[in-house]
Amino acid sequence: MLEKRRKPVITPDDIRADLDRFSRRAFLRGSLSLGGLAMLTGCNLSTDSGVDAALKAILRFDDKIQAKLFDPARLAQTYPASAITEPFRFNAYYPDWQVRGVPDDWRLEVAGQVTDKKAWTLDALQSLPQESQITRHICIEGWSQVGQWRGVPLAVFLRKIGADTRAKYVKFTCFDDYTTSIDMASALHPQTILALEFVGKPLTPEWGAPVRLRIPTKLGFKSAKNLRAIEVTNSFAGGYWENQGYDWFAGV
Amino acid sequence: MKNPAQASMRPAHSLPVRIMHWVNVYALCCMLFGGWEIYNASPDLPFLFPQWATLGGWLGGALAWHLSAMWLLVINGAAYVLYGIFSGHFKRDLPPPSPKAFLRDMWAAVCLRLPHKTGHYNAVQRLLYGGVICILVIEVLTGLSIWKPVQFGGLVSLFGGFVLARNIHLAMMILIVGFIVVHLALVAIVPRTLVSMFKSVPSDPQEANDA
Repeated sequence: MLEKRRKPVITPDDIRADLDRFSRRAFLRGSLSLGGLAMLTGCNLSTDSGVDAALKAILRFDDKIQAKLFDPARLAQTYPASAITEPFRFNAYYPDWQVRGVPDDWRLEVAGQVTDKKAWTLDALQSLPQESQITRHICIEGWSQVGQWRGVPLAVFLRKIGADTRAKYVKFTCFDDYTTSIDMASALHPQTILALEFVGKPLTPEWGAPVRLRIPTKLGFKSAKNLRAIEVTNSFAGGYWENQGYDWFAGV
Repeated sequence: MKNPAQASMRPAHSLPVRIMHWVNVYALCCMLFGGWEIYNASPDLPFLFPQWATLGGWLGGALAWHLSAMWLLVINGAAYVLYGIFSGHFKRDLPPPSPKAFLRDMWAAVCLRLPHKTGHYNAVQRLLYGGVICILVIEVLTGLSIWKPVQFGGLVSLFGGFVLARNIHLAMMILIVGFIVVHLALVAIVPRTLVSMFKSVPSDPQEANDA
């Protein structure tokens, strides 16, 4: 079971590793390396060089291959409750002491190519059919952990709001200013859920309260937490990490 | 009659093998240097690769290199394997050595009495080259497993699951680096082998027996 979260008392020592990591990255972006020299670089996707353009083009090609490899009927492996990772590792684009609480007037907004744009309360979402899953959350960094989530299958929700499921993308916006987007085929996958619970308890803010996306057929950064709005759209929507160079499809 | 001087001049390998070797050098460098940066994002062993030895600058850049160069590595590797099978290169040059032949040549190598014949593999070379080809195949298969653990679920179970597949991927990387270190050390001892991967060199082992 999850430990009760205590009010965090942060000392510089607690976040030294993060601070070092950030300063190291800032330094690296401007630096050359042996690998870089050998392959004609500073090419790290942040410049307009020809090599970066080629890398981005190949990433878009990879996205097409990934979409072709995606089998809508193939399920991610599920695990017994004994396999659930404890303690579960927190991850976001900020450290855990910056986790934001749920706004008082929170509603899940719905936008784009849908017939019913009424915003949803948590109670209304809880009244929809729920599915539970114990699946592996795989981070793009290489680590992975098994967790349990329960919530509304996104396909059920999309039908409920009268979404045009021929649209290309579903975009997620979060109240911590995170964004991501996924292809419609993955959105309709049976294991793609709007999770309301984590390991048998309503989501707390650090695990994505009040509603998060949980999509075990994609890398962890696609499972956006702290959702504020869902948009069904035909215009490519990118995302927080995707716009910096992570591959957009990010299928596993 | 053949001119003996002319007959003893040859490159180490056929032109396709030499081209595929150098393409592989480039692809493998991209995979290794990018892979080390990816490893650094979540190191499982108690060390990091130094930044000067990595490619891409950050995780996203490194993944872009890794997932781009993989096409070159796989296409070039597949072409090499097909060429090796159909041209007779594998059968002629890379039959697995008998343990006896391996021990004999290994002992000769340790005593620095193993001649290097251009274009001919001794038993130690056969084991090393054959071995690194098998390791590269495992490296590609475990790479596919951790790239697409859901879509290639069967392959992942073959390697004992996602976590184990990733560890095997890292272990094979270390073996590949080990091979490269030995390979480069031997090239440094017999420098004309480097030239012979570009053009013809005298193949007389007596003349070149400087190892």
